[in-house]
Amino acid sequence: MDFEPSEEQQMLIDQVRRFVREEIRPLEDKLDPDASELEPADHARLVEKTKAMGLFGIDIPKEYGGPDIDIVTRVLLAIEMAQHRAGLYVPCYGTFGGAGLAQIFEANDDQKERYLYPTLRGEKKAFFGLTEPSGGSDPARAIQTRAERKDNGWVLNGAKIFISNADRAQYGIVFARTDSSKGRAGITCFIIDSDTPGFHVRRVVHTLRSSHYATELEFKDCWVSDHQVLGEVNKGFAVANDRLTRQRIPYAAGCIGVAIAAHEMAIEWAKMRSTFGEKLSHRQAVQWMLVDNEIDIRTAKHFTLEAAEKARRGLPFRIEASIAKLTASEGGGRVVDRAMQIHGGMGMTKDLPLERWYREMRIRRVGEGPSEVQRMVIAREILGSNLR
Amino acid sequence: MLRLRLDKPWQPLSAEVVARLPGQLGVYQIADAKGAVLYIGQAGARSPFGLRSELQREASERGTGCQFRVEVNQQYRSRWFELLMVHKADHGSLPPDNEKNPPPNLGRFSPS
Repeated sequence: MDFEPSEEQQMLIDQVRRFVREEIRPLEDKLDPDASELEPADHARLVEKTKAMGLFGIDIPKEYGGPDIDIVTRVLLAIEMAQHRAGLYVPCYGTFGGAGLAQIFEANDDQKERYLYPTLRGEKKAFFGLTEPSGGSDPARAIQTRAERKDNGWVLNGAKIFISNADRAQYGIVFARTDSSKGRAGITCFIIDSDTPGFHVRRVVHTLRSSHYATELEFKDCWVSDHQVLGEVNKGFAVANDRLTRQRIPYAAGCIGVAIAAHEMAIEWAKMRSTFGEKLSHRQAVQWMLVDNEIDIRTAKHFTLEAAEKARRGLPFRIEASIAKLTASEGGGRVVDRAMQIHGGMGMTKDLPLERWYREMRIRRVGEGPSEVQRMVIAREILGSNLR
Repeated sequence: MLRLRLDKPWQPLSAEVVARLPGQLGVYQIADAKGAVLYIGQAGARSPFGLRSELQREASERGTGCQFRVEVNQQYRSRWFELLMVHKADHGSLPPDNEKNPPPNLGRFSPS
């Protein structure tokens, strides 16, 4: 496979690169180092710019009004969008739009009118409620939130944890057990409005990531009608699994973007900084760290583009997505770590973005399926389904 | 688990008291003499001496008659949002001095 960007792709890459360097990074100089929001006026102004660029709602399919950009190109652009301080979790502060995991394309017509279209227009925000205190890596078994039939609807009881955006969203998609005897075939996906009685956002879950935080939710006799079932009853696991697999590719792209930005900083610093009468870049110990960075980045980029290319062609890409997520999150962490080492004391400070990237990149080895689960997925694929 | 609400004892907001504060990052509350919270703030990494800088500024701007309490917290950003949301859930509105310039996209809480 040839992953050299086409002329058209390179034009888009350059456009987004300029946007990040000329619009996003200067604003960040004035924000708190852990900020994940722009001032509303700045956000609105930049959204107008991304719309003028024809790139707003970049991950929305053409039939829903998106700009019709294939997934390989979207990966190349996602790598660019992540190359700033907040870029790993809030690429370009959301000014390119999109709804991520909460895009409910499998919704029926009524649900699309009430939820999907307003979300795509940027009028509603949504959250993705899968992980529970009992576990997140094995949702088929870990989901203990129950939904029981009552009055032509369902009553939900249970808890979710590590849920981003739930306190700010108007609705969320929530996975609950509707048949306790059927494992993964007993899970249903519901659309829950945030103002539904019995739905509670209980607290912020404080982690290494101080901004774009996660929350803990509780469902206490939370009744929803049959109209709130997304897809079919007891087929919610497929909804979750499909999203999680697809999400691994842009997730990997974000890690690569940050790794590239950290690597560029390390190269610049090594060429500039002298110790004991010699530039850091002349020292083999530093050169080898930079070489290892280059290898980690190229490896992750290759595997991520390979996964995207398979997805673009409509081929199975589950194993490729896991390899991409694994190499990008683990390699990205190593790159940021080496970049900090090369920067010495300055690398540890909040004056530079490395410190934030280091904390946030650590989460990437666990989020969206930890490295061990990715290895398990790959092992199943290469050894056969009897391992399941 | 962290306590959801800041419930340390109040201290007088004076130059002498805040001069003894650590230069660390964290969150703080300012209250009137009766203990009604007027403002919830954060000492982020742009503050030269963290909580000490922020509270020195508050003391000089507010004069006498106020109280304060602090929490040293590296996750000052998420903790600040949390304290604002808890206050809004408990009192129906943000503290008066936060209401003047509320953070964008503040979420909703129903703490137990």
